[in-house]
Amino acid sequence: MLIDLTLCVGCNVCQGACKEENQLPPSEEKYLSLTAYTALSKYNDLYIRRMCQHCDVPTCVSVCPVAALSKSEAGPVAYDGEKCIGCRYCLQACPYHVPKYEWSSTKPRIQKCKFCAPRLAKGLPPACAEACPTGATIFGERDELLLEAARRISAEPTKYVPRIYGKDDVGGTSMLYLSPVPFEQLGFDARLGKIPMPMLTMSALSKVPNVLSVGGVMLGGIWWITNRRSEVAAFEASEKKGETPEHEDKP
Amino acid sequence: MKIRLLPRITRWHPIATTLILAGTLAAIARFTYGLGATTNLSDEFPWGLWIGFDFLGIGLAASGFTIVAAVHLFHAKEYEPIVRPAILTAFIGYMLVVLVLILDLGRPDHFWHPLVMWNPHSVMCEISWCLMLYTSVLSLEFAPIVLERFNILWPIKWIHAISLPLMIFGVLLSTLHQSSFGSLYLIVPNRLHALWYTPLLPVLFFISCLASGISMILLESLIFSRGGRDLLPTRLRANLAKVIAVILALYFVVRVENLLARGAWHELTTVTYFSLAFYAELLIGFVIPFGLLVVERVRNSRRGLYAATLLVVVGFALNRMNTAITGLESYPAQTYFPSLIEIFIMLGITALGFSAFSFIVKHLPIFEPVAVTPRVRQEAVTARPEPVFLTRHGGDLESS
Repeated sequence: MLIDLTLCVGCNVCQGACKEENQLPPSEEKYLSLTAYTALSKYNDLYIRRMCQHCDVPTCVSVCPVAALSKSEAGPVAYDGEKCIGCRYCLQACPYHVPKYEWSSTKPRIQKCKFCAPRLAKGLPPACAEACPTGATIFGERDELLLEAARRISAEPTKYVPRIYGKDDVGGTSMLYLSPVPFEQLGFDARLGKIPMPMLTMSALSKVPNVLSVGGVMLGGIWWITNRRSEVAAFEASEKKGETPEHEDKP
Repeated sequence: MKIRLLPRITRWHPIATTLILAGTLAAIARFTYGLGATTNLSDEFPWGLWIGFDFLGIGLAASGFTIVAAVHLFHAKEYEPIVRPAILTAFIGYMLVVLVLILDLGRPDHFWHPLVMWNPHSVMCEISWCLMLYTSVLSLEFAPIVLERFNILWPIKWIHAISLPLMIFGVLLSTLHQSSFGSLYLIVPNRLHALWYTPLLPVLFFISCLASGISMILLESLIFSRGGRDLLPTRLRANLAKVIAVILALYFVVRVENLLARGAWHELTTVTYFSLAFYAELLIGFVIPFGLLVVERVRNSRRGLYAATLLVVVGFALNRMNTAITGLESYPAQTYFPSLIEIFIMLGITALGFSAFSFIVKHLPIFEPVAVTPRVRQEAVTARPEPVFLTRHGGDLESS
């Protein structure tokens, strides 16, 4: 989805449609919560719509130990509460602080924007994009939306900052933003960078097979050498005494 | 021989009983009312005291693999007397951590899911597997001590038959998950404070667990030698102390070099909550004990060694708690202080661990592997006496 912040008038229809689609209590909310999968927050005169970014290389998907989160070809990052063990690593790791936890439940799950996966499967746009009266949120293929965003920036270079947020951020996200002011001023984390977060972990995890193989051989080798050494020492000692050598084994 | 746990603490039994009871009640509350009502965890601070406790428990249990590797893989046989205490410490430490993890999970009833649902990209998945496998290895390493006590000898032969690959596997698993606890935080560069976040987190976690594991076992050997006999002769204790000093120095160099290279040292030029926490952990856990341990007189003295190793353990605890809690309070500016229920559960589980330890050393031959189990010794060790075996009157053979 492409979200053009210059077009958003703050009518909150998107949140209403989202709540209706997901059968959530209809009260207006300013922040993401268990009952608000999307929310508008105001920075000066701008309304910023936040929701799950549906990253191309999602951090939450990579950290989940039981693969309760998954990224589908169509874009949505889906969650399966039946698999979830409740380790809350996704809450800890999500660079956008998106997943919300049912803390008060004894069988808690996370809640977040589902990208209206059932609607997408039927060929419909997400509820929020369909409801948006000003075209601030439009739905489409990511490549086409990127072209459209670039076209808007080049058509009106004074209106926009020359950046499409989400194009490369944390490796690219399904949600793309256009803004008239630098994104850092709108509460977007400027420190995230372009490398997908899971790569940070992979640099360590990819060494696991090496540690196992090289470490195993090395430890085995050290055991053999030190064992041999004590065998030889035992043998030499017994030679002096004229006894038969005995193998030393662990007690 | 009777070994008393920490004789200085009087009324240990009522204290432990109270703590365990309070912890049990707190755990019941946690399961009845859920995490939200009983903990101070939140969406912005989803991990708290219990994760810090896990780091601590696993780190202090590192003796389980270091001492086993030293004695059985590297054949430093003179340290044999501390193998069993080390394995017991590790076994209890891991059991406690598994207990805390299950309490910490939002869905404890799903704790078995990592067994069947895998995600090779997840550090948490790797840690779950390492924990399960290593706890199994520890159980097998610990089993002979229990079996001996009940005179069931046939399974011991089987365990001995696979002991070499088992021990190597155990050491590898430990290496992996000790460092992986650090890797957990590699993915939150935006949240963890620059004084603690570094791509070297797994390396630093591994190095520091070596020092804390050996310190813990030295502490134990000092505490439990008060009955009049030394578990390890002074010379060997001093050797281990030297090893700790080297590890501390290595850690200090890697940590500080990394701070300088990444420019994070700027954070240390001002006095903040974070820089103070950093100085505290580095001074208490690394600089001061290093300063103590390089002095030969300290290494040879009971009290000196006691103080130095205690500092290492405390500093290690600070380091893990700082990584798990303090460092994460920087962004989004969010403070966290554990709830009473979180604290009571942790204290109760700690008391349970100490009680289990003291119960087991009372009833199983942990601290007297040589004197109490002659039968196994006959079948395993040859007639050649090892130079450090203890005599009945205390002190080692060399000095007598």
